[in-house]
Amino acid sequence: MSNKATEAIKEKSMVIQKDMLANLFHELSKTKETGKKVVYTFVPGNLTELILSFDMLPVYPEINALQSGMRKKSASYIRDAEKLGFSEDVCTYVKCDIGMMLNGNIGPTGEKLPAPDLLLLSYTGCFTFMKWFENLERLYPGVPVAMLHTPYQEDGNITPEQVEYMVKQLKEDVIPKMEKVSGKRFDMERLAKMMVNSAKAEDLLVKILETAKNKPSPIDAYFAGVYYIGPIFTAFRGTDEAVEYYKELYAEVTERLKQGLGPVTPEGELKEEKFRLVVEGPPNWTNFREFWKIFYDAGAVIVASSYTKVGGVYDLGFRHNPEEPLESLSKYCMGCYTNMNLPQRVKLLADYVKEYKADGFLINSIKSCNSFSAGQLMIMREIEQRMEVPVGFIESDLVDPRYFSYANIKNRLESYFQMLEQRKIIMAQEAEKVM
Amino acid sequence: MNKYYLGVDLGSTTSKAVIINEQDEIIGRGITNTRANYSVAADIAKDEAIYNARFSILKKKLEAEIKSNPAYSKYINDLESVFQYEQFKIRLDKLGEELLKTCYTFFKDAAVQEKMIQHLRNIRKAFKPVIKHEYLYNNLGAKNQFFRDIVSEKYNDEVNKLEMSLFEPLMTVWDKSISPAENQLITFNFKELVEKAMDELREKYKNIPDEVMENTSVNFDAELNLLKGNFEKVYETLRVHIDEIAGLEFNITNMTGTGYGRALLPFPQECIRSEILCHAFGAHAVFPDTRTVLDIGGQDTKAIQVDRYGLVTSFQMNDRCAAGCGRYLGYIADEMSISLNELGPMALKAEKEVNICSTCTVFAGAELRELTNLGEKREDILGGLHKAIIMRAMSLLARSGGVFNEFTFTGGVARNPAVIKYLSELVKENYGDQIKINIHIDSIFMGALGGAMFARRNMNLSLPTGKAETA
Repeated sequence: MSNKATEAIKEKSMVIQKDMLANLFHELSKTKETGKKVVYTFVPGNLTELILSFDMLPVYPEINALQSGMRKKSASYIRDAEKLGFSEDVCTYVKCDIGMMLNGNIGPTGEKLPAPDLLLLSYTGCFTFMKWFENLERLYPGVPVAMLHTPYQEDGNITPEQVEYMVKQLKEDVIPKMEKVSGKRFDMERLAKMMVNSAKAEDLLVKILETAKNKPSPIDAYFAGVYYIGPIFTAFRGTDEAVEYYKELYAEVTERLKQGLGPVTPEGELKEEKFRLVVEGPPNWTNFREFWKIFYDAGAVIVASSYTKVGGVYDLGFRHNPEEPLESLSKYCMGCYTNMNLPQRVKLLADYVKEYKADGFLINSIKSCNSFSAGQLMIMREIEQRMEVPVGFIESDLVDPRYFSYANIKNRLESYFQMLEQRKIIMAQEAEKVM
Repeated sequence: MNKYYLGVDLGSTTSKAVIINEQDEIIGRGITNTRANYSVAADIAKDEAIYNARFSILKKKLEAEIKSNPAYSKYINDLESVFQYEQFKIRLDKLGEELLKTCYTFFKDAAVQEKMIQHLRNIRKAFKPVIKHEYLYNNLGAKNQFFRDIVSEKYNDEVNKLEMSLFEPLMTVWDKSISPAENQLITFNFKELVEKAMDELREKYKNIPDEVMENTSVNFDAELNLLKGNFEKVYETLRVHIDEIAGLEFNITNMTGTGYGRALLPFPQECIRSEILCHAFGAHAVFPDTRTVLDIGGQDTKAIQVDRYGLVTSFQMNDRCAAGCGRYLGYIADEMSISLNELGPMALKAEKEVNICSTCTVFAGAELRELTNLGEKREDILGGLHKAIIMRAMSLLARSGGVFNEFTFTGGVARNPAVIKYLSELVKENYGDQIKINIHIDSIFMGALGGAMFARRNMNLSLPTGKAETA
């Protein structure tokens, strides 16, 4: 391989996405001049269309944290937050974000992020989110807070009463606060119009992710998947740009499929798909490339993952609906992956193993993330027993590099890939015996 | 020609080699400590396994004779033991050379040099016959496994008899010399050594007293006389067979490396397998109904679930904390100034288990001293320590999905009787009396065995490649 090996190969869609993000951060840096209001909010259960319908701009602290992780800035941010008194055990997204603020709140493009005009907590399934915004409220004294209490899917479904409860909160608390902050009246029609775009992009995303059902898969639904979900899970859902991005991406992926090509890795196209895996849990961001490399070097492709569903499990059928904008926002909040109960998650993952013809199931357990890590051992055991595929378990962290032990992770993953390989060898021998 | 397969398990503490035949039967085992570099350790273990294989082939050849005359079996065991002594002697000479070398470079003063060399000669003279006797009469026991352990114990004993001022210089000379001596790869001439061993044995049996001593039992003496007489009778037959096995060529058809040092082995990539797979496969081969495997090695603990083919379906690993691994026991033994192999038997004498709170190996040393100061008995503290290790293993097993029938325990720590005691108790307590617990005498070799079996089964195989299909 040439010495350009370290230079990532970029598809056209990636360039489009990069421009979209650059424009957003630029716009954010200019809010003083433009007078646009800024809403800090989270990815799971985000109300992006609603925010955009008031001409406000969203900022996602956990996305900033993961970007800081990828840019190798998180270690010092976390250290600064710990100096302030945050314990070693606090979620590293929180500490990374706080550390970034303490260091001037410079975003991933090098431009300064504006202070929030509103803290919108739209998903309460993660208690850390609540504590996070309590801290931000102290760091930005006087900032208004809107909290939408999202009921957990305790019984595995969303009831009409729950939707009613959510809509009531939107109408009585969230929307009035947004009107006050933005100085604009709520425009239901505008919101509904955006939702037409949301549904279009959602349809395309599902089609893209489902191309991984093919052998070989034209995409890696985890390591590349985290890029694919970028626009729709963050500031662009409901926009024309997002629809254009997903059209382009879908065209690229279908072209790869037509040519029978494997996924694109930072070192070029994967030549041979040896193992197909379903992965549960977020990736590690501080050593993302190194982590990915262990997989593609072994010919392991992730065909489905739960992480690419944190901002919406669209493959289960949910779409934002212009006919009932507030109701569908409510259903969306309640339907995100970490708001599903454990039996639902197990079923989803077991279905993935079957539908995507996976050879194995792997968990990357994150020290920082309670919403994800709780129940993972049970999930693993269930998948092992129900689907009779080898399961693997590795441990790392979101953005704290102290918890990414390359040697340990590589050793475990190597063992896991050998488990899958040996299974193929022995099963082939057993099949021969029968014949 | 017979085909043989080799598995090498390079652990953090010991390196093991196993040779199997086409029927998956173990025909050779070799073990060495991993203080040497990994590639030397692998070669030593492999050579040992081949010597051992020759002896087991000898036993096989004589199967019929052994049945009619069980004494044969004893002769072969004796022969192997004396053969090991012959190897030992050669390595001891190497150590002698290293000790001299160190003396010359370390002590500048000629008089001091001469004095130290004289002491070293005396020390060697004093312990050599003792060790010879131990080898000849199989008195080495389990505690002295490796060259370093055997010699260092005797060396220490002798140095301790001398005046205090000599302790420091003699131990320094030792420390600087033992590793180079131990790390030399010596190619032994099997035929030559085995012939020497035959002569030694002949002497041994000849010297068995003819007359019944007053203080020995009649039975014992009669047995000795029988051995003596028989040895002369079989000597010639044995020699013919020995010539044959000495000339036997060992064609290793395929091999697999595993363990922590596996990446450093000069093996091709496809001949390297994770120790998780190997331990599971080995354990499953020996106990085919195995579903859960616990392996406690020197520097990690693994709880492994396997299917009916011996293939791993999931595993959990403690690779972060030494408390709960073999090294923990090694550390405790050092802290208590006793040998590793004495720990278990001492812990078995516990009348209660002192609660050990430390979850850290290094701090366990401090806790140990604290508890001793508080008047707790050593046995009871050791009982508690052993139980603490097993408690950690139980938690790892739970994480991996629990214990399913049958349960096989592997790794070097499986030799420790107190570990076995607490493990059996806790497994039954947590998973019921119905769980069958397997511990094989070769438990330390399970990884190498699994490796050798993979070497046999993975011959000439390529992975089935996925054909393109559209969903």
